[in-house]
Amino acid sequence: MTAATWDRAGVARWLQEYGVYVAVAGLLLFNIAFTTNFLSVGNFRTQLVQAAPVCVVALGMALVIGTEGVDLSVGAVMALSAAVIPLYLGYGALPSIALALVAGLIAGMFNGVLVAYLGIQPIVATLALLVGGRGLALVLANGQLVQLHDPAFLFLGTGDVLGVPVGVFAAALFSVAVALLVGRTTFGRHLVAIGGNRAASVLAGVPVRRVLIGVYAICGVLAAVAGVLSTARLGASDPADVGLLMELSAITAVVVGGTPLTGGRVRVLGTVMGALLMQLVRATLIKHNLPDSTAQMAQAAIIVGAVYLARERSSR
Amino acid sequence: MTAVRVRLRRGIGRGIGRQGAAVALVVMVLVAWLSFPRFGSPDNLRDMALQGSFLAIVALGMTFVIITGGIDLSVGSVYALGGVLAAYGSQWGFVVALVLPLAVCGLIGLLNGVLVARTGMAPFIVTLATLLLARGLLLAITSEGSTTYRIASGSAFLELGRGTVFGFGYPVFLALALCLAGGLVLRRTRFGQSVLATGGAEQSAVLMGLPVARTKVLVYTMSGVLSGFAGAVTAAYLESGVTVIGVGLELDAISVVVIGGTLLTGGAGTVLGTVIGVGLRTVIQNVINQIGTLDSNYQSVVSGAFLLLVVVLQRSLATRAARGT
Repeated sequence: MTAATWDRAGVARWLQEYGVYVAVAGLLLFNIAFTTNFLSVGNFRTQLVQAAPVCVVALGMALVIGTEGVDLSVGAVMALSAAVIPLYLGYGALPSIALALVAGLIAGMFNGVLVAYLGIQPIVATLALLVGGRGLALVLANGQLVQLHDPAFLFLGTGDVLGVPVGVFAAALFSVAVALLVGRTTFGRHLVAIGGNRAASVLAGVPVRRVLIGVYAICGVLAAVAGVLSTARLGASDPADVGLLMELSAITAVVVGGTPLTGGRVRVLGTVMGALLMQLVRATLIKHNLPDSTAQMAQAAIIVGAVYLARERSSR
Repeated sequence: MTAVRVRLRRGIGRGIGRQGAAVALVVMVLVAWLSFPRFGSPDNLRDMALQGSFLAIVALGMTFVIITGGIDLSVGSVYALGGVLAAYGSQWGFVVALVLPLAVCGLIGLLNGVLVARTGMAPFIVTLATLLLARGLLLAITSEGSTTYRIASGSAFLELGRGTVFGFGYPVFLALALCLAGGLVLRRTRFGQSVLATGGAEQSAVLMGLPVARTKVLVYTMSGVLSGFAGAVTAAYLESGVTVIGVGLELDAISVVVIGGTLLTGGAGTVLGTVIGVGLRTVIQNVINQIGTLDSNYQSVVSGAFLLLVVVLQRSLATRAARGT
């Protein structure tokens, strides 16, 4: 009697653990077999470039979800960072990027203070910034799209580093950094401990509030990075449109990658794969001329399926 | 004696949490009335009532969902879908135009409810998924958003959105009637009591034998039906099924529910508070429009800040009350 139930749970656990790799491999094989012009360097570059912003945001989101929180404001933070860039681009590319990241840092710390010190539920705290942040970005930009012409800044969107597009290079760099942060530092241990059992962490002397603020701050900065990358690729600052529904894509990537929404665990490589998977799904549907409507419904089904599997594991 | 003081303090805390919005609404209305001559004009009052009524219908469903401790992020998409389905269905007459959106949106709500109640998945992720599902469906029936179904002029369905009594549009009365009914259901029926109990202490509610799962399924279904209905009425008002409306409506609905004093942790809340929250939001929006020089984008900044203020206040009062015991 137990054999069957154990087996089912085992399958579910295995799927949660490795499902995302299987899915990515399966989709790659499918595309190699059935999609014309899939196997080309140009196509792979396009796919990676498109997945990069989601991947960067999802890394920060994975950390937040690891603490049993969620950050709904990432899309709004992207808009804020996009709005800040043209304001300071006159001083050069670097200062403007730095200020955009500072905007993200402030937004993230704002969320962190609300969650850690005022004890507001993460959903609501970050919801307020989701509502207000994009409005603020539009106010900063006078609600207009601004074309950018600074070559040094546009290099971020079009240039290569070691033959790899800058955005992809940055995403890879941040992935390694976050993986090291989670796996090799005290901070990483702390954040996982908080997600696992907050009350116990407090009793064990973990600086819970400080770590929480740090986590939300990192998430804010990473969202700002994604805002900078998207703006550079577009060649224009468009706070009305950049990062719309990004919170959805990022949460999906994290959950599909096997990080449970109940916290206590962060899977960095899984998150990166999750972001790639969502991009591959979208690309596959587009290349086979399936419309946007089907793509959205497919994404909905994937979210529900992934969370259902994750639930199976956490309930054990 | 301390018990009395604690109770008093708690009472005041609760009073501010619940009635703060009402006080703010009265102050806002007075200030606006005195500062802007156009604010009190019958035309403006009519417009505000009409604008608020669509949001009120959606927020009514959201109130029930939040009281059970859940959240419904799909309402904006479902609202848009309801409008498109109503316009699409209006070619077969009044009944189809009304029943089609209610049925489809009710089914989406039912799906939310079943997934939340039976599988124990987090409400925000389930409804995030159905947000996409509803948008996808909408795109599928409008050839990827390129078709806008119009409601033929002379169709009886148009009256639902455009008809007036005493100068006020039908949607205003529909919203008022629905909110009145919702308030009575919440306070005076067994279902309403299980909604409150489910959000207050789910374990205890289960142990007491209350139909917790059924209650949850029902509130999400209700939220879907009401959002679809609000969409249908909006379509009747706009004379067509506009595909791009409703984006971010879920945030507006959640804000007004929270501003109205309903706790996001569930277990407590009133429909009257939600109605007051809708009123407050509509007045703020109107004032920002009246000022004119202000960018309309300030609207969302103010909404976000206001939501935050209310939640922080609620929270600090709640902790003080808890410390008092």
